[in-house]
Amino acid sequence: MESEVLIEARALTRRYGPTLAVDGLHLTLRKGEILGLLGPNGAGKSTTMKMLTGNLAPSAGEVLIGGKSLREDAKAAKRALGYLPEQPPVYGELTVDEYLDYCASLHGIARKSRPEAVASAKRDCGLADVSRRLIGNLSKGYQQRVGLAQAIIHRPPVIILDEPTVGLDPIQIREIRALIAALGRNHSVILSSHILPEIQAVCSRVMIINRGRAVYNEPVTAVKSAAFGAIAAVFRQLPDARTLETLAGVRRVLALGEGRYRIEVDGSADPREAIAGAAVEGGWGLLELRAEAQTLEEIFVELTSRDAALAEAA
Amino acid sequence: MSNILNIARTELKRIFLSPLAWAVLAVVQFIMGFVFINLLVDYANNAGMQPDDSIGVSDYVAGSLYGFATILLLLVMPLMTMRLFAEERKGNTLVLLTSAPVSITEVVLGKFLGLLGFVLAVVLLMAAMPLALHWSTNLDWGRVAAGLLGLFLMMMAFGAAGLFVSSLTREPTIAAVGSFGLLLVVWLLNILAYNDSIPFREVFNYLSLIGHYDSLRRGIFNSADIVYYLLFSGLFLWLTVQRLDMERN
Repeated sequence: MESEVLIEARALTRRYGPTLAVDGLHLTLRKGEILGLLGPNGAGKSTTMKMLTGNLAPSAGEVLIGGKSLREDAKAAKRALGYLPEQPPVYGELTVDEYLDYCASLHGIARKSRPEAVASAKRDCGLADVSRRLIGNLSKGYQQRVGLAQAIIHRPPVIILDEPTVGLDPIQIREIRALIAALGRNHSVILSSHILPEIQAVCSRVMIINRGRAVYNEPVTAVKSAAFGAIAAVFRQLPDARTLETLAGVRRVLALGEGRYRIEVDGSADPREAIAGAAVEGGWGLLELRAEAQTLEEIFVELTSRDAALAEAA
Repeated sequence: MSNILNIARTELKRIFLSPLAWAVLAVVQFIMGFVFINLLVDYANNAGMQPDDSIGVSDYVAGSLYGFATILLLLVMPLMTMRLFAEERKGNTLVLLTSAPVSITEVVLGKFLGLLGFVLAVVLLMAAMPLALHWSTNLDWGRVAAGLLGLFLMMMAFGAAGLFVSSLTREPTIAAVGSFGLLLVVWLLNILAYNDSIPFREVFNYLSLIGHYDSLRRGIFNSADIVYYLLFSGLFLWLTVQRLDMERN
């Protein structure tokens, strides 16, 4: 079942003078998805987010939010958007309540329903205890939460968060992650982060950006069950490693010593069952057999450093 | 429209939450009170010296006092306008407004309206001084009102120019210095008009901020002067919108 597309970016390009910050980026986000945006520093993550939120005009390409063009019908498009930039846009001289009330009014929430919107945003972000404190006197973690409350106060279908867990302590990070996961059920979330496990824990899809291009765009489940390139196996007694190579789907076998083997497979073949069967028949004493799946970190390093190596060579 | 009012309300609240506004009001009121008392003493000493009572106390108040006020406000208004956009940019809070469903025009008008709230407070304080004389003498209130209207319009023009300069930079102090310089230059344009060798000297005289206030100060309500201040403010508000729109590109 295809659910509603909430954000669509087509061939998004942004130039700063001669430098190309974002180059022909395509991005689609459906309802209920949490998209993680990953990339090394200066890859164009923040630029992309600024363009998606209408804070920066793209040099070329177009952004549609809920079917409304950000260029032609900016107000309607922005109404469906909640944005937390890298630094929370909070006024230190206002109290949390005053500030959130102002944000609610900016997003066109009627005066009558504002107290309720403020209360529910505070509840979600754990701000109930600091309602009457000045934002300027709050710690960085609380200011970040106020920024997050600001982004969700009007319950927008699309929430864009630029590094939402920076500066938080581990417990707050867990709470914010749980909050994002909860938001992801009814809203669509785009989230950028440097922290790979965070993306893996929270997001349903990962996009890796490098040098302004999307170099990877897959569901997180694909990372977990990704076509693996090798199998790690431990046998108590394997008479000859070459007997393994005769099995279908096995390309090469490397002995690592102490009964450990690394079995490289052909393409997308999965010879695990055949290996187990052969091991039982031959009485090799199979102790361990597992696919060496690529972690997100490996994918990230491979995709981003390969490009850097190419650039150096050029 | 409700967006403009919401922004204006918060802007006014933030202006009065900062100690700057109160300090400015206090200092302005102190200096003006000092000048006011001096003028009164001066008037009392000279009372009866004029043969036909040609100069009344209203001339002293609306003429000299409010004339002096313009110089003080020229110094003070850049301090009040410097934060409007520069500080928002510095604190990265401008994003809140630019990613909300409000247009840039609404943001600019909202901030300007909030500033006018402060301007109104200054005008009310200025009105309090002649009001104190109301019970002891006969004042020409029409004349005082014209002077106050002139002050309001002049501060509005100062504010619009300051708002524009504030949108150019991220340093509030630079915004203050810049708008002070800009206002002073426009103010002093009429110096050019004194020099016979300069072409179009009437034009410079007309464009100067100060000339249009002088007639109001004398109690002459000329709609051309009102229109001048409105156009001046409108021009700078439009420039501010253009400037902020440019930032996205």
